[in-house]
Amino acid sequence: MRQMIWLLLKREWQLTWRRPGDLLNPLIFFAMVITLFPLAVGPEPQLLQRMASGIIWVAALLATLLSLDGLFRSDFEDGSLEQWVLSPHPLTLLVLVKVLHHWLMCGLLLVLLAPVLGLMLALPWSVMPTLCLTLLLGTAVLSLLGAIGAALTVGLKGSGSMLLALLILPLYIPVLILGTGAMDAALQGLPVLGYLLWLGCLALLALSLAPLAIAAGLRIGVSE
Amino acid sequence: MSKQQIDVIELACERDERELFSAVSFCLQPGDVLQVAGPNGAGKTSLLRIMAGLMPATAGDISFAEKSILSGSGREYWRRNLLYIGHAPAVKSALTAEENLSWLCALTRPVSSEAIWQALDQVGLRGFEDVPCRQLSAGQQRRVALARLYLPGAPIWILDEPFTALDQAGVLTLEQHIMSFAASGGTVVLTTHHSLAHVAGVRRLELGRVN
Amino acid sequence: MSWTFFHKLGSPKWFYEISGKLLPWLALASVLLLAIGVVWGLFYAPEDYQQGNSFRIIYIHVPAAILAQSCYMMLAVAGIVGLVWRMKLADVALQCAAPIGAWMTFVALITGSIWGKPTWGTYWEWDARLTSMLILLFLYFGIIALRMAISNRDTAAKATAVMAIVGVVNIPIIKYSVDWWNTLHQPATFTMTEKPAMPPEMWLPLLVMVIAFYGLFALNLLLRMRLEVLRREYKARWVREILEKSS
Repeated sequence: MRQMIWLLLKREWQLTWRRPGDLLNPLIFFAMVITLFPLAVGPEPQLLQRMASGIIWVAALLATLLSLDGLFRSDFEDGSLEQWVLSPHPLTLLVLVKVLHHWLMCGLLLVLLAPVLGLMLALPWSVMPTLCLTLLLGTAVLSLLGAIGAALTVGLKGSGSMLLALLILPLYIPVLILGTGAMDAALQGLPVLGYLLWLGCLALLALSLAPLAIAAGLRIGVSE
Repeated sequence: MSKQQIDVIELACERDERELFSAVSFCLQPGDVLQVAGPNGAGKTSLLRIMAGLMPATAGDISFAEKSILSGSGREYWRRNLLYIGHAPAVKSALTAEENLSWLCALTRPVSSEAIWQALDQVGLRGFEDVPCRQLSAGQQRRVALARLYLPGAPIWILDEPFTALDQAGVLTLEQHIMSFAASGGTVVLTTHHSLAHVAGVRRLELGRVN
Repeated sequence: MSWTFFHKLGSPKWFYEISGKLLPWLALASVLLLAIGVVWGLFYAPEDYQQGNSFRIIYIHVPAAILAQSCYMMLAVAGIVGLVWRMKLADVALQCAAPIGAWMTFVALITGSIWGKPTWGTYWEWDARLTSMLILLFLYFGIIALRMAISNRDTAAKATAVMAIVGVVNIPIIKYSVDWWNTLHQPATFTMTEKPAMPPEMWLPLLVMVIAFYGLFALNLLLRMRLEVLRREYKARWVREILEKSS
């Protein structure tokens, strides 16, 4: 079992590094969306600082969602998913490893990039640890929930990504509220531990339940 | 009779309210090779996918070693004994032949890289082990998938159009391999439009348009 | 409850016959209740001492909102029944209830925003309950869109069932986070368990309206389901017989 997990991580790693575009495009998208806001509302630092946490979170949410669209599609199209479903190993475990790999790649890079963009939006240095921590926990939930949508829309060609957004964005709302709430508290110098614990709760809940739904969705997609 | 017998009982399949087949029953012993034949759209692929456990049947049951494979521990046991190669060969174009095989085998039971190299040699891919599969031709990619048949493993094969994109020599080798696998007690269910001239004692199942 | 009953419930023919017998009574009861509730609520219930007559919109708004939420619960229950017991009728119910639920949510939103004009002085206030309703509407849209996007009926049935269950797990989390986001929210108008703050002459007609809405919902759902069952079973002999009789 452990060897299988290790081999799967290795496979995902190889696949990612041979197509780095899949990894970089969401990051560039993230940076671009954030750049649009100062251009749209004006560059006053007070206004930007007031809106910064919301802008960063909405951009991170959309970037994660877009990066998830293709999570299972290539495996579906070349028949790999059929082999996954037929494996004696539990499909829930396989998809969990795959989604966690996605989170480590996409989420971690977003977390690394976010302070730079936060600085451009006039956020003070003191809130950067909060920003990074909430994003780290939040993107785990975003990846896990989004993967449910990616699994349910895996067999749909063309319209899949729009449908994925329709299905999953409402489910992202609690993460958005908690993440921006923590940022606002940090900006006012209030304690943020409570927010982080709540985000951690959501992450644990998603970690334990989402793989079941993802596996069910993939089985349905493959059975067509 | 045998412990490893596969029984297909009154199987029916319906897709989008169109009946593909119904009341399909047969029984396979170790050593049997079953060729599922029929015109396009007769439900050959569907039958194979139902047998593999990828698709639900509309009615009927399949049992292996006297246990239904449609649920529970029977399904688990069936999966450990099954090798399914579908229409899509499950070969990732960004990975090399060796990487592809080592992962596909790990899904059931891991094998050493020497065994993989040997299998690739047997399907005529010596020297292509470290080439990303996108640089291989369609026939060569098919051979990568078929190399799984040369690795130690499952006693039951379900092969959907395994001869697609293979050249004549490749078809001949595969037919001989299937025959020797059956002779050693393996069971094969496959669809193909080839006549399987070099495999002795092939059973045929005709699907569709009987009524 | 015996299991034969449960499986009989899944048979389309049995459902069609029983629902046919049930329909007239259900229609009569819900129309009667609706008439009583409307007349009582709009004409006889006393005015609210703060809001005057404008509060009377709760006789539409609250039943619609309650129904919108319970309809989503029903979708999830139907989804579980469909996935676990492979009951086709559960999928019919899921498919037919989703649009009704979406309409109920829409009605609750519209009446809420009309009510908002005299109360808050604006048609849209980012009030916690209205915001939750809006999100619920999006969840309904997601289910309907997923159903429409997948062409194979069985696949669509299972996918929407999974989505409904995922949604129902998330609804409490969404609701609490939105409540918490908007700490300025009013307490819920009406709960079955707690003693309501309203005088009985105000909440009794509301209760009648809620029951009437449930009745109308059941009526609408049964009618839609009967049509869908006929559409799906058009090859079966009993459907042929019914169609010949009616034509």
